[in-house]
Amino acid sequence: MANYTENELAKDLQNQEYKYGFVSDIESDKIPIGLNEDIIRLISAKKNEPEWLLEYRLKAFQIWSSMKEPSWAHVNYEIPKYQEITYYSAPKQSKKYDSWDDVDPEMKETMKKLGISLEEQKRLTGVAVDFVMDSVSVATSFKEKLGELGIIFCSFSDAVREHPDLVKKYMGSVIPTTDNFYAALNSAVFTDGSFCYIPKGVRCPMELSTYFRINEGGTGQFERTLVIADEGSYVSYLEGCTAPQRDENQLHAAVVELVALEKAEIKYSTVQNWYPGDKEGKGGVYNFVTKRGICERDAKISWTQVETGSAVTWKYPSCILKGDNSIGEFYSVAVTNNYQQADTGTKMIHLGKNTKSTIISKGISAGKSQNSYRGLVQIHKNAHNARNFSQCDSLLMTNQCGANTFPYIECKNSSAKIEHEATTSKIGEDQLFYCMQRGISEEKAISLIVNGYCKEVLNQLPMEFAVEAQKLLAISLEGSVG
Amino acid sequence: MIKINNLHASIEEKEILKGLNLTVNAGEVHAIMGPNGAGKSTLSSVLAGREEYKITDGSVEFDGKNLLELSTEDRAREGLFLAFQYPIEIPGVSNVNFLRTALNEIREYKGLDAISAKDFMALVRQKTALVGLDSKLATRSVNEGFSGGEKKRNEIFQMAMLEPKLAILDETDSGLDIDALRIVSDGVNSLKSKDNAIIVITHYQRLLDYIIPDYVHVLFDGKIVKSGQKDLALKLEEHGYDWIKEEFATRK
Ligand SMILES: Nc1ncnc2c1ncn2[C@@H]1O[C@H](COP(=O)(O)OP(=O)(O)OP(=O)(O)O)[C@@H](O)[C@H]1O
Ligand SMILES: [Mg+2]
Repeated sequence: MANYTENELAKDLQNQEYKYGFVSDIESDKIPIGLNEDIIRLISAKKNEPEWLLEYRLKAFQIWSSMKEPSWAHVNYEIPKYQEITYYSAPKQSKKYDSWDDVDPEMKETMKKLGISLEEQKRLTGVAVDFVMDSVSVATSFKEKLGELGIIFCSFSDAVREHPDLVKKYMGSVIPTTDNFYAALNSAVFTDGSFCYIPKGVRCPMELSTYFRINEGGTGQFERTLVIADEGSYVSYLEGCTAPQRDENQLHAAVVELVALEKAEIKYSTVQNWYPGDKEGKGGVYNFVTKRGICERDAKISWTQVETGSAVTWKYPSCILKGDNSIGEFYSVAVTNNYQQADTGTKMIHLGKNTKSTIISKGISAGKSQNSYRGLVQIHKNAHNARNFSQCDSLLMTNQCGANTFPYIECKNSSAKIEHEATTSKIGEDQLFYCMQRGISEEKAISLIVNGYCKEVLNQLPMEFAVEAQKLLAISLEGSVG
Repeated sequence: MIKINNLHASIEEKEILKGLNLTVNAGEVHAIMGPNGAGKSTLSSVLAGREEYKITDGSVEFDGKNLLELSTEDRAREGLFLAFQYPIEIPGVSNVNFLRTALNEIREYKGLDAISAKDFMALVRQKTALVGLDSKLATRSVNEGFSGGEKKRNEIFQMAMLEPKLAILDETDSGLDIDALRIVSDGVNSLKSKDNAIIVITHYQRLLDYIIPDYVHVLFDGKIVKSGQKDLALKLEEHGYDWIKEEFATRK
C-alpha cells in the first residue's frame, strides 16, 4: 500500500491520457493568421458589427499593443506567438438551425463524445443549452420559454444586434479593456460568447448552460460572456467545456462579466476540462481568463469552479462588493496532473458596509504539477464591518508535485473580521488501505477520497453538474490500473 | 477456511511475525490474546494485505486460494474482513456511499448485478438495527467525528453489511461501553454460521463471555505459543502473561 501511494500511484496518474482527445471534422471558415487592425476590421465585418463595436475593438487593440504579458504568476510556459494564431473561426454553416433535427449529425456526434447528450439534457433536466462550437453559437433552445419571462439568453453576437443598448451599457463595465493584457486582447478580437439578461424580480426557472469547446487547431478562443441580473432577480448559470487533443498550444483568453444589481443573485458554475497536454506536458490549452462580478446593494455573486484541464491556468474569478450588505462567494476545486500548472484563486474587493465574502479552495496536485492558490481580500476604508472567511486546502498525490498558497490581505478598515485557514495533506495511505480492505479498487478509492475532500465545493454545484464534475475528477485522477 | 503456515513478516527490517502457525475452519470462532506489541495487529494487517509488511517466509491458504498472491481488494472480495483496531476517518464520504461502493465492487467480482438503491437501503435499515448503530451515523461521513465506541460499532455494521467468510475483529471490544459490548456481541453472534469463521483479537476475557470461542491462542513474540479452549482465557485473566513468558523462555 505504502508503495502504491508513493510510486505506483504517481506513475498511474502520469499515465492518465486525456479521454476526450479527438478532433471533429466540421469545415471551418478561417481568416489569415496574425493580429493587426486589418484583421480586427475583418472580424468585425464578417460579423456584421455596428461601428461602435469596431471602435471598441480597435481601441482595445491599441491598449493591448502597449501592454506587456504579465509574468508574476507562479507558472512557466512558452509565451504564445500572438502573430501566429488565427483569430476567427466559425463552423461553415450559413443557416441557423430551426430545430434540433436540423443540426449537423457530425456535430451531434461530437457532443456525444463529450459525454453530454444535449437531447438528454433538454429532456431530463430542463437545461437550456446554448452550444458554442468554436466561436459561433449553433444551437439555442428553450428560447421561447425564457422569452415569456423576458429573459434574454443568446449568443453575444445576437445580443449586439438585438439588444445593443444593454450590451453598450454593461460591456466592459466590470472588466475595463485596460484591466489586463488578456482582457485587452479579448476585447480586441473576441468572436462570440453568451449574453444573458434577467429582468427585474424574475427568478430564472432553469439552469442556464453553455458548453464551450475549442475545435479548430491553432485557433485562439476568445469568448465573451456578459450576465446581467436586474434588481431582485436570480439566475444560475453553468459553463462547461472540453477540448480535443492537440499538438500545439491553444490559447484561450475569455472574459466573463457578471452584473448583479440590487438584491439580485447570480450563481456561476464552471466545470473546466481543457486539454492539459500529454505526459511530457506538450500541447495543452493555455487558459488565461478574466472573470469578475460586481454586486450592488444586497446582491450576491457566487462562483463555483471545478478545474481539471489546461496546460496553464491563470484565473481569478472575483467579486467587487460595491453595494452595502452584498455577498461574494468563491468555491473552487483545482486539479493539476503531469506538468500542468495552475495559478488560480479569487479577489474579493470589499467596498460597501457589512459586505461578506467566503472563499473555499481545494487544490489537488498529482504528477509533477504545480498548483497555486492566490487570493486577495481587500477591505476598503468605508467597508465597515466587512467579513471574510477563507479556507485553502491542498491535497498532494505524489512527492513530486507542489502546492502553494499566497493569501494577500489588504485591510483599511479596523472593524473588519478576516479569518484564514490553510492545510496541506498527503493522500492518506491509511484511507486507501481502509477502502481497499472493503473491496474497493485503488481507482475507486482515490476517487471516493478525493470527492469527499472536495465535497464542500461539489455541493455548491447543481445536481447534474455535480455528477459530471465527479466524473471529471475521477478521469483526471484515476490511474490506468494494470 | 484459513491455514497460516510458518508465517514470517517484517516491517522496516524488523521481524514482527516469526513463524506463526494457525488454522481456522469454517464454523469456528478463535480468540487471539497476547501482550501489547506481540504482533496481533501485524498479523491482521498482513492477512488483509497491507504492503508495508514484507513477507519473508511461510504461506497462507484462504478458502483454497493462495492468499498472499491476491491484491488487498481481492482478498476483501473473496470474503476476508478486518474490523480495524483504529478505524480510519474519510471526510466527506458518507458511510452509505462508502458501503454501497464496497458492496457493489464485491458483487461485481462475484458476477452479480449491482444492488438496487431500494434493496440497499432496506439492508442498511436491517443491519443498523442488528448492531444497534444510530441510523444517523449511517449517513454521516465515514467515522468522522464518531466517538471511539461508535467507530467500533460501525466496523461491525460494515461487517454485517458485507457478510464476510472470515472476519478478524481487532480489539473491537475496547472502547465499547457495557451495553454496547453486549449488543455488538449479539450482532456478531447472529452473523455466525457454519460457513464462516471469526477471529477475535482481545485483551479481555469479558468479550469471550459473549462471543464464545472454540479455541483460544496466545500470541507472543510473533508466534502462537499456546493454544487451548475457553478456560485458557480465564487463566490468562487471572495470572497475566508472566507464566507464559517463563514457559516460553525455558523452552528456548
Ligand atoms: N511501522 C512500524 N515500524 C516499526 N515497528 C512497527 C511498525 N508497526 C508496528 N511495529 C511494531 O511491531 C510490533 C507489533 O505491533 P502490533 O501492532 O502488531 O502489536 P499488537 O499485538 O497488536 O499490540 P496491541 O495489543 O498493543 O494492539 C510492535 O513492537 C510495534 O512497535
Ligand atoms: Mg493491536
